[in-house]
Amino acid sequence: MGIMDQFLQQLINGISLGSIYALIALGYTMVYGIIKLINFAHGDIYMVGAYIGFFCITIMNWPVLPALLVSMLLTGILGMLIERFAYRPLRSAPRISVLITAIGVSFFLEYTMMYFVTPQPRTFPSLLDDAAYHIGPFIINNQQIMIFAITIILMAILTYIVQYTKVGKAMRAVSFDTETAQLMGINSNRIISVTFGIGSALAAAAGVLVGIYYNSIDPLMGIMPGLKAFVAAVLGGIGILPGAAAGGIILGIIEALVSGFISSTFRDAAAFAILILVLLFKPSGLLGKNTNEKV
Amino acid sequence: MSILLEAKNISKLFGGLKAVSNFNMTINKGELVGLIGPNGAGKTTAFNLFTGVYQPTSGTLSLDGRSLLGMKPSQITQRGLARTFQNIRLFSELSVLDNVKIAYHTHLNYNLLEAAFRFGRYIKQERQIEETGRELLKIFKLEDKADEIAKNLPYGAQRRLEIARALATHPQLLLLDEPAAGMNPQETNELMDMISWIRKEYALSILLIEHDMSLVMGICERIYVLEYGSIIAQGVPDEIKKNPEVIRAYLGEEA
Amino acid sequence: MSSLRKTDLKAIVISLIVFAVLQGLISSEALDPFWQLNIIVICINIIMSVSLNLINGYTGQFSLGHAGFMAIGAYTGAVLSVNFHMPFIVGLITAFVTAAIIGCLIGLPTMRLSGDYLAIATLGLGEIIRIVIMNVNYVGGAAGFMGIPKSTNFAWAFFVMLFVVFFIKNYVNSSFGRACVAIRENEIAAEAMGVNTTKYKVLAFTVGAGFAGVAGCLFAHTFYIVHPSSFTFLSSFNYLIMVVMGGMGSITGSIAGAFILTTISALLSDWPELRMSIYAVVLIALMFYRPQGLFGNIEITSLPIFKRFKGGK
Repeated sequence: MGIMDQFLQQLINGISLGSIYALIALGYTMVYGIIKLINFAHGDIYMVGAYIGFFCITIMNWPVLPALLVSMLLTGILGMLIERFAYRPLRSAPRISVLITAIGVSFFLEYTMMYFVTPQPRTFPSLLDDAAYHIGPFIINNQQIMIFAITIILMAILTYIVQYTKVGKAMRAVSFDTETAQLMGINSNRIISVTFGIGSALAAAAGVLVGIYYNSIDPLMGIMPGLKAFVAAVLGGIGILPGAAAGGIILGIIEALVSGFISSTFRDAAAFAILILVLLFKPSGLLGKNTNEKV
Repeated sequence: MSILLEAKNISKLFGGLKAVSNFNMTINKGELVGLIGPNGAGKTTAFNLFTGVYQPTSGTLSLDGRSLLGMKPSQITQRGLARTFQNIRLFSELSVLDNVKIAYHTHLNYNLLEAAFRFGRYIKQERQIEETGRELLKIFKLEDKADEIAKNLPYGAQRRLEIARALATHPQLLLLDEPAAGMNPQETNELMDMISWIRKEYALSILLIEHDMSLVMGICERIYVLEYGSIIAQGVPDEIKKNPEVIRAYLGEEA
Repeated sequence: MSSLRKTDLKAIVISLIVFAVLQGLISSEALDPFWQLNIIVICINIIMSVSLNLINGYTGQFSLGHAGFMAIGAYTGAVLSVNFHMPFIVGLITAFVTAAIIGCLIGLPTMRLSGDYLAIATLGLGEIIRIVIMNVNYVGGAAGFMGIPKSTNFAWAFFVMLFVVFFIKNYVNSSFGRACVAIRENEIAAEAMGVNTTKYKVLAFTVGAGFAGVAGCLFAHTFYIVHPSSFTFLSSFNYLIMVVMGGMGSITGSIAGAFILTTISALLSDWPELRMSIYAVVLIALMFYRPQGLFGNIEITSLPIFKRFKGGK
């Protein structure tokens, strides 16, 4: 395989991985945009989504699509419950308290899950045959096609919700200025709850897709992707939806290229190095605007 | 009289917006100068330019004949230009005395190891600023409140503490941004007396932004009037009162 | 103000008594080896939390990469002991210097950032440090560095900890510390008071990083092995939690936080999953009912009971 072929192949792998990051990053960025919280538990919500999908498929013997939808639904509800009981009581507390609470929720999800399902990784059944297609110079397998398709559909739905529905407009209003939005009669608690729900559902989808793609899930699987997704969100400009999607894809591609051409052990370092470069030279992210404190 | 602060042709652009344009101002040693103008005229922006919070887009700025351009706010303070803030910026969780002690910062020269191991120089200098700090608070009638948390002070006292804190940096020129804002007439009168007094006592020059005309006209020797980022008039209070441009700026076209 | 020195002396005397009692318990083997080890770990964690408090609590700069500096100190100390046969004290000092230098190099560019951006940047840098170490075969790579002498005994851990606590206590009670607190309270006003905010932020970060390095060196010489997985961002979270639990801006609090969390963790060590779930619940409950931490920003020495105990000021 020539360098060029290898490059193209890593590009496909990168976009697959990046799609996963993008789905998680969307939830991160929505939550950050609306309540300025780095929700460290978001990666673990993705893990819970993967497990729900896993049990739907193995125990209930459901096909992929219903499993995916049920996982998204249940995980979305979980996200709303977490917001309701862990974050809402702290709405006026110092931000560090909420951040620490998020870390607490993260540990709780990880280890409670571990208590019930054991720390052993589970093998996700392979639902699709491994057929690969040659499209021009690219080789794409079934799993990747599915990841692309589902990611694109979900992003389209999200865009529709945020841009054209009443809830979406309210979300943007609350994100821009919570107090003013409330004065305009928007129930900000409800909107924040919906935001958590949607974000968590997207993470659950990513969880199920990762299970199908890598065939393995475990209770701590959310830690790194969660962090990477946050990096992706910052990369694109935190609080900006297209930024999170673009950041996720870019991060995925970079990681795939670093694994393919340098060494897979440096792929995490590459992600963080990029994060730091972006923060130093354009802290507001690739698509963000700079703001200064008024004196 | 020798010139202390000199601003020549200063302009500041924010994006396409000219916040201040062709701004000229001189303050002589020992002078008490007022800067007035309608809301949004650029008065606080001028302060921010003088103190290094913003860098001018063009123009020159000097204190005592040395340029201030390109310096950080802390370096400008060390040169002898101190300020207060329109929206009070005290160290609100700290005690009143600690607020003042922080301002003595540049006058302490013990190093980190002397501090960590409590050498003689540390002990001596800390004792010194404790004493001078309390004396300073006495001047501002805050000595009883030295150990109170700054945010618990009444509003007028917070304004006084801001001035005390600025004085503790040992400035040559003190910039006061609406020192009487939110004060009642009696407090304003006391403040006027205090400003006049500290100016003599510490041989200071003062530039103050104020909306309270009686205060400005009462104590300032010269006044600059700013409108839409440009100086439209300057002179002694009586001239300013009669200046048609100023009357128009404040009362509108018809007047 | 000579009462300052008197306070220090009293505190040192009390510390010596505490040391004598604990050392007695260890020498007489009233404490089993498990708790002997945990007392050392408590000392190390106190160094970590107190030094992190300087950065996060006093200076208000949100660092999530403290474990990275601990890693630097741990590996520096280990290499000096194993490959260069240096005495332990040389390892400790070099660990401080190396971690402080790298802290300074990292602090200079990143201290321009604030809030969440700084938090995530320091988290990323901490991970980069760890990943780089993991890829250096000279220090054992991903398998870890083995064969480190067990030089850290209780006396070393205790007195180094005591030194660090005093150093940082005196730091925060000097113009250096006031500059830090001024930055935390209002950065623009701090600049207006002549405080070079960049300088003091970087200095606090450097000193904090250096002491984390010292803690790392003690840590490496406590166990036979150091491993990159001991220094993930999750350990940085752990130290942050100690600081927040005790109270940001209280040294007493950091000591208490390190002590309590390490003890709880040791008590529950037989039930690893349950331990973390309980830990999580305690953490969330603490944030609900006492978000300012156990001590807020109060020091034990300023409590009335302590003043009376020491015979007033």
